[in-house]
Amino acid sequence: MSDMLILGTRKGTVIFERTNGAWRPRPIAHAGIPVCYAARDPRDGTLWVSLDHGHWGPKLSRSRDDGKTWEDTSSLKYPEGARYIAKYLPTPDFDPEAPVGQPEYQDATVFKIWHLAFGSAEQAGRIYAGTIPGGLFVSDDGGDSWTLNRPLWNHESRGGDLFAGEATSENRWGGTPASIDYGVFEPGIHSVVVDPRDPNRIHVAVSSAGVLETADGGQTWQGRNNGLLMDYLPNPAADWGHDPHFMTNCTGQPDHLWQQNHCGVFYSDDGARHWRKVSLPDAGVHFGFPIAVDARDGRTAWVVPARADSERMAIGGGLCVARTTDGGQTWQAFRAGLPQEHAYDIILRHGLDIAGDCLCFGSTTGNVYMSEDRGETWQCLGNHFPPVYSVRFG
Amino acid sequence: MTSHLYRFFPALEDRAITVPAGSVAEVLQAVNQLAPGFTDYILDERGALRRHVYLSVDDTIVVDRKALSDRVPEHGVVYIFQALSGG
Repeated sequence: MSDMLILGTRKGTVIFERTNGAWRPRPIAHAGIPVCYAARDPRDGTLWVSLDHGHWGPKLSRSRDDGKTWEDTSSLKYPEGARYIAKYLPTPDFDPEAPVGQPEYQDATVFKIWHLAFGSAEQAGRIYAGTIPGGLFVSDDGGDSWTLNRPLWNHESRGGDLFAGEATSENRWGGTPASIDYGVFEPGIHSVVVDPRDPNRIHVAVSSAGVLETADGGQTWQGRNNGLLMDYLPNPAADWGHDPHFMTNCTGQPDHLWQQNHCGVFYSDDGARHWRKVSLPDAGVHFGFPIAVDARDGRTAWVVPARADSERMAIGGGLCVARTTDGGQTWQAFRAGLPQEHAYDIILRHGLDIAGDCLCFGSTTGNVYMSEDRGETWQCLGNHFPPVYSVRFG
Repeated sequence: MTSHLYRFFPALEDRAITVPAGSVAEVLQAVNQLAPGFTDYILDERGALRRHVYLSVDDTIVVDRKALSDRVPEHGVVYIFQALSGG
């Protein structure tokens, strides 16, 4: 059972500790700085925070003394020669009917360090970072230095090896609206899932491209989008262009992967080789951002449903958490302890986490709720936090 | 410079920083010698000015935001601003 909870918020890092059964927040760290992701490395206890500075560029901040002191690092950078084929920003003057021109190459810089994942216990110092504009970085020295994973960056689905020259294929990765804040329309890696049985097997989810898998430690990558369906492009089952919002796995049954996608909830029980749409719109389970999976039973998952697409708020003014225990065939909605009127909260993609029987989520309205009985009843941990971007048990 | 940078580089606070004249890029690199990591806050990994950062040499806004080739004359003063907004 975890006794630490780490919130990344628009105004800094909020760490809760549980003492004598009560969760209490410490004074905010990184005060005033947007924190898009924060998590604890379970191997050595290091706290990691992704700072989303509006002015000074994305930085990582780490603490090796449980949050007493923090050290900022700027070492995660795109290497010289890293380029991508720019996507057009969907601005009002963008003409979708305009003839396709020559690829426009852009030198890569980091806009956002969106997600961090940690290697296996045997891989001391191995950390992964997913970024906008769509690069996966790897560190083998505890975050002192980072290397761009080039096979993924140079994937055929993205135009080929632009380090070596011109594009050899079409860029079929779409942009994520989350990148528009940075003045671009580029993809982002928000989910990095390491297989605990075999740390060379890694799945990443990319908005808006889909899922890719490596089975050889990142030397080669294959698309894993079979069964995903999208409702915003002419071909719903196209290889690329999918918009997973968050993907995670069951650590005890790692072939069971789940994703809350823009176009529904999808489940795979064969390591992402096939996905099945398991959302039930009539039950309110369809759109949303985060998803959590039980650590032992790969058929059990939780989502926080929201209304798509133009409203983006809680359904019917009330918050609920839905759970399935049968791989998405049925869903049960739980509302006890959650507001049921005048609630407009959205829970973003990293805003829900699970540890044992405990679940916690934080919303864009600054409300934080905790369940200690597998999501059936909820208690409020506070209503006045800054907008919450990420929630992780420590 | 904007006082917000002192939070990250307290060694630069409350002092006039004098470095040799040259291009804006050279001036910033000289400041980076005094406060390692300073340029990572002002510039991206391509050496271009970050989007919401403005520099001026005396009262002239820096034109070349990409390579920072604008010249800083002897006794010229470089100012660093940030565009603040939001709540």
